[in-house]
Amino acid sequence: MYDVIILGSGPAGLTAAIYTTRASLKTLVVAGVKWGGQLQLTTDVDNFPGFPEGIQGPELMTKMRKQAERFGAEFVDDNFSQADFGKRPFAVTVAGKVYEGKSVLIATGADTKWLDVPGEKERIGRGVSSCAPCDAPFFRNKNVIVAGGGDSAMEEALVLSRFATNVFIVHRRDSFRASQAMQDRVFATKNIHQIFNTTIEEVMGEMKVEKVKLKTNPSDKSLLTKTPAELDKITAPLLPHSNLAVEGEFITWEANIDGIFVAIGHIPNSTLFQNIDVDEKGFIKVKDHYHTNIEGVFVAGDVHDRQYMQAVTAAGFGCAAALEAERWLEEKR
Amino acid sequence: MADKTFTDATFQQDVLQSKTPVVVDFWAEWCGPCRMVSPTIDELAKEYAGKMIVGKLNVDENQQTAGQFNVMSIPTVMIFKDGKPVKAIIGAQGKEAYKKAFDEALAS
Repeated sequence: MYDVIILGSGPAGLTAAIYTTRASLKTLVVAGVKWGGQLQLTTDVDNFPGFPEGIQGPELMTKMRKQAERFGAEFVDDNFSQADFGKRPFAVTVAGKVYEGKSVLIATGADTKWLDVPGEKERIGRGVSSCAPCDAPFFRNKNVIVAGGGDSAMEEALVLSRFATNVFIVHRRDSFRASQAMQDRVFATKNIHQIFNTTIEEVMGEMKVEKVKLKTNPSDKSLLTKTPAELDKITAPLLPHSNLAVEGEFITWEANIDGIFVAIGHIPNSTLFQNIDVDEKGFIKVKDHYHTNIEGVFVAGDVHDRQYMQAVTAAGFGCAAALEAERWLEEKR
Repeated sequence: MADKTFTDATFQQDVLQSKTPVVVDFWAEWCGPCRMVSPTIDELAKEYAGKMIVGKLNVDENQQTAGQFNVMSIPTVMIFKDGKPVKAIIGAQGKEAYKKAFDEALAS
């Protein structure tokens, strides 16, 4: 029997584990097959305090894990298949084995949100990717698209710019919402180009990604009166394209591309929990300082946070939820 | 360590001409998820000893083979039977998922 079972091993889960173990609570971390969370898919982390020169995402997670292990946290590197909050103690099933916990802390984070357009899913790993640090070297001297406009899209583009000939950031709005520091780095990089007001409609290609269908909603409406030949001359000169057409308020076109890196946001990993209240987007609802609607089940990190989504805020939420769990267990004693 | 390391130079002989099914883990130093998967592949190499040859191929040092089999994302774990790729598992997976794929390939 564990005092606390922590589901997830990103900054929220591991920080929580450091706090619960230091409070002498017997702690199990169900770390998942891909332990370490989203930071395992990044390179330079320059905004985590304490590392003035920056630190690699995977290295930061390894350090956090070692810190939790130092105080006695136990780990299973597998995914849980079921979490039963209907009875006490709570029961969490991992690879056929049932673990019992007096309390549970949900820190399952969030996963890549894909574009959800035709042709995308079957080409994941065949030119469609969500991890530039993993896959960028395969696009040496090739042209790639990054979809998105936030910090993670900027990071993907910067990583890719070191390998690819040209990187095109395709964003549906007319400006990025990424931090100024990241935008500055992107705008200062010669082979990164921006394509605003544009969405990806379809991914095409025989075995792998070869083409995308794009749809642009131009801010200059006079463009909608031009002929395809005229449009062709003023459209993304470095991106080979074809089949330009005006369709109502939009210009549709096709571009030749070797890779698409998707960074349009994340989906909270909350679907495996029954009877836990979530909002309309699937984020777990927080009651009164990191409690969920079920007494004894706490929550921290990106699975409940739709506002900040930073490594350091996730760590902070993990700490807070751990302290709440500790207090709650104390009161029950 | 997995019992085998494959290279561009040895691939033809060690993988494509092998009588025994071969599992190739395409990886690279800079790939975080590859490092996560690596211990699992090592365990599977032991568990499947005699039934399958399980080894690793560094995609940086062996770009020709990686390109030949359209590896564009790592880790990719590819199963070869009679000189042909019969299954590719792309992205980091759990041990059970790999075992299932290995068993299916052996049974086919």
